Amino acid sequence: MTLLNQFIQWLDNYWPHWASYLTAAIIGVLIVVIFVVLGIIVVIYLERRLLGRFQVRLGPNRVGPEGIFQPFADAVKVLTKEDIIPAAADHWVHWLAPVVSFIPVIMVFAVVPVASGAIFADLNVGVLYLAAVSSLSVLGLFMAGWGSNNKYSLIAALRSVSQMVGYELPIVFSLLAVVAAAGSMSLNRIVEVQAAVPMFLLQPLGFIVYFIASLAEINRSPFDLLEADSEIVAGVHTEYSGMKFAMFYLGEYGHAFGASCIIATLFLGGWQGPFLPGFLWFLIKALIVFFIMIWIRATMPRVRVDQLTAIGWKLLLPLAILNLLIVAMEQIFWPGVFPWVLVGINALAGLALVLLIGRTVTIRGGRVEV
Amino acid sequence: MKSNTFGLGILKGLGVTMKNFMRPPITVQYPEEKLVTSKRIRGNEVLWYAAKCTGCATCAKACPQGNIEIVTSPGPENRRTVEKFEVDTGRCIFCGLCVEACPYDALFLGRAYEKARFRRRELVTGIDSIQFSEERQPSAFARPALESGLPKQTLLVYWDRPRREGGQKLAWLPFKRRGKKPKFPIGRSK
Amino acid sequence: MSLRTQELLLNVGPQHPSTHGVARFRVWLDGEVVTNLELVVGYLHRGIEKLAETRTYTQVIPLTDRLDYLCSMSNNLAYCTAVEKLAGVKVPERAEYIRVIMAELQRIASHLMSVGFLLNELGAYYTPIIYCFRDREKIVDLFEMVSGQRMMYTYLRIGGVSQDLPEEFIPALKRLIVDLRKAIEEYEALLSGNEILIARMKGVGVLSPELAINSSASGPVLRASGIKWDIRRAEPYSIYDRFKFEIPTANNGDCYDRYWVRIEEMKQSLNIIEQALKDLPAGEICAKVPALIRPPRGEAYGHIEAPRGDLGFYIVSDGSIAPYRVHIKPPTLINLTTMKDLCVGWKLADFIVIFGSIDVVLGEMDR
Repeated sequence: MTLLNQFIQWLDNYWPHWASYLTAAIIGVLIVVIFVVLGIIVVIYLERRLLGRFQVRLGPNRVGPEGIFQPFADAVKVLTKEDIIPAAADHWVHWLAPVVSFIPVIMVFAVVPVASGAIFADLNVGVLYLAAVSSLSVLGLFMAGWGSNNKYSLIAALRSVSQMVGYELPIVFSLLAVVAAAGSMSLNRIVEVQAAVPMFLLQPLGFIVYFIASLAEINRSPFDLLEADSEIVAGVHTEYSGMKFAMFYLGEYGHAFGASCIIATLFLGGWQGPFLPGFLWFLIKALIVFFIMIWIRATMPRVRVDQLTAIGWKLLLPLAILNLLIVAMEQIFWPGVFPWVLVGINALAGLALVLLIGRTVTIRGGRVEV
Repeated sequence: MKSNTFGLGILKGLGVTMKNFMRPPITVQYPEEKLVTSKRIRGNEVLWYAAKCTGCATCAKACPQGNIEIVTSPGPENRRTVEKFEVDTGRCIFCGLCVEACPYDALFLGRAYEKARFRRRELVTGIDSIQFSEERQPSAFARPALESGLPKQTLLVYWDRPRREGGQKLAWLPFKRRGKKPKFPIGRSK
Repeated sequence: MSLRTQELLLNVGPQHPSTHGVARFRVWLDGEVVTNLELVVGYLHRGIEKLAETRTYTQVIPLTDRLDYLCSMSNNLAYCTAVEKLAGVKVPERAEYIRVIMAELQRIASHLMSVGFLLNELGAYYTPIIYCFRDREKIVDLFEMVSGQRMMYTYLRIGGVSQDLPEEFIPALKRLIVDLRKAIEEYEALLSGNEILIARMKGVGVLSPELAINSSASGPVLRASGIKWDIRRAEPYSIYDRFKFEIPTANNGDCYDRYWVRIEEMKQSLNIIEQALKDLPAGEICAKVPALIRPPRGEAYGHIEAPRGDLGFYIVSDGSIAPYRVHIKPPTLINLTTMKDLCVGWKLADFIVIFGSIDVVLGEMDR
């Protein structure tokens, strides 16, 4: 019984059902939006400071004590900038693109359990909803690339479409493995099942595949071809300024925050943990995952677009399918065995598979005869 | 291409980044902390010692761009008085060729580098703003006699190592921490 | 039924985050594959060769600083070598050793910067730049100690150097050599084994030895293709024939080899500096030349192994205090003539990496 449902039941004593449902929905949406925006602000601040520390320098520390008001200063700057639209751009497409690419980010947070019972919508097909919604943002990016009337944006948009489409499948197969191990698609149930052993120990290979594939889905290093600073200037958001650029910026960090929340929920055990309240554990786990994402961004160069698709289809997809096969076989033949045995078997199987696939797959991508 | 290292190179790289994460940052919080510049710094001003100058204009001939303008007239005791000595520091590239050329050691380059002005004409320094003063100190460029009186330069080579190996302690946390401001200029060392 | 396609003309314009300045390329793309390439020069042309005709020989030295603004000491050295050849000036021993130390330190600083920016073009988000710049900062601090400025040193003069080394220089340099050796190991741990780097750079932009020789490439670009040509060995200038050092060459001529050759050259430069420090004699730092030097009528060509290649100065004198003609042979522009053959068939991302591995500085290319 989620908190929102309890709230609706309490309100039913005073109001007709449709009124209490509507009120609860509006309040829930407001809470989710505020949570997302606050989360994005914290994440932007952390990224800039931590990236600075990886690079042996301080991040921004002048605005406010230790620089915590820096994202607000950025927001004010971006709001007061002039909104420039290129003359030959497709006006409606150019205008709608930031909106279409930001909304799926907020929609993802509707099914994430933040604490015990604190979830906006306890869908029993939560995982399916996640996979469906997170692929909507591709459309926004492609609209931005096309509607800008700029060759750099067009190249970036075409790259991003191939990137997102190629990494949907490894994500879905890793999610299926989690669902097979947990027995249900509802995210609440998946968190409860991890009370004994968190999922990343049970399926280390699935965790790694999902992590790398979601790095590619959210356009972060080393797969950030969309906004490849050095090649295509600013990629898809070359021609955007002002608040529209802010929507893209927020959307990018919102995606990163959302992906870390989902990984924390699905693989690290969500809000469970001793001593501290569930909400804090959830935040700590999400921020640990985000720290690893920043660490990877600070270290690695970017891959080329044909190598990107090769990694997605030739390396990650077979690993994800074989992972699903192993987990499914374990669930069928040994349904009730002690989980730590499965941990050992899966770890060994994962290592063997990585070595095997690494030896057989070549990520070619060379010179094309012109 | 086939890789037979399976991502170990990437993990080694991640280790290097994490090691650098633990090092103290090397940022200097200007303007609260300033580094001590070199003794021979070619700062943004040209300084003139009127007592030694004879108005020979060797410096004006040595300047690659012709930034120095000197007007003299005959004076007492068979010497020339300098009426106008103007250096256009807006066009000056501070190469120091004029300082090297002066045969009487009357011209110096300054040590200050915060000489921004709002108007270009304020950068043209005449006789009243070209002599030595409290803010206008000469540097030891091409004047070895001045070297011993100037403080030692902050060198990153000595500075960028842990305190226990004799490195200098840099107040890398922001200046508002617990109400204590670091003493500056830092780098006054052994 | 086949699709009708059209080539995309992309202007990698003067304003671009990774053109090392204001280089402009017009690139014809078929999808993402580069089919044709055209270089448009001249966005940083300042007329240095013409300006040099109206300045005396000593006044040209600040002009040469601003050619390849990241390697001022090497530019000064090339110019002074040419004028000393023309005027027949003999440089004292201490000045020669100091010049060698400065030139090799400048080589390390320049290679650090080029490795850092090559990785920025690959996409490693400024981290290698900051690590390399931390060590370059230590070198630039030493240059500041000696000459007073951090970028346009104007340190060398015709006949020697302008000021002597201060007493803090040599202990700091010894400490720096130890630091730099550790730092280069750290870069190799971070970068050389990285699989993404290897996948992006190995086999990309292969410059065959015949093409390299035919297009007069020089510097690390030439040596990465397997040709062992270094002016410090082939036509020694200054006192380089007294030092023992190796010339790193690689076999393939791709971007990874150009990067690898630069890292190895840094290590060799450290060896040269150590040998020079050991033998540094006392003495004068500048030969006695008149302030307004008048070389005899004639012409001379002096070239050195600058960090980017073979930098040459061709000076014609007519006996007056200013040169009659100064021509500068820029290594970067000549290395860039190979760009079209290197890039055709590769993708847009590779084009940027190949451009970064040739290591251009616009000040030198456009003069």
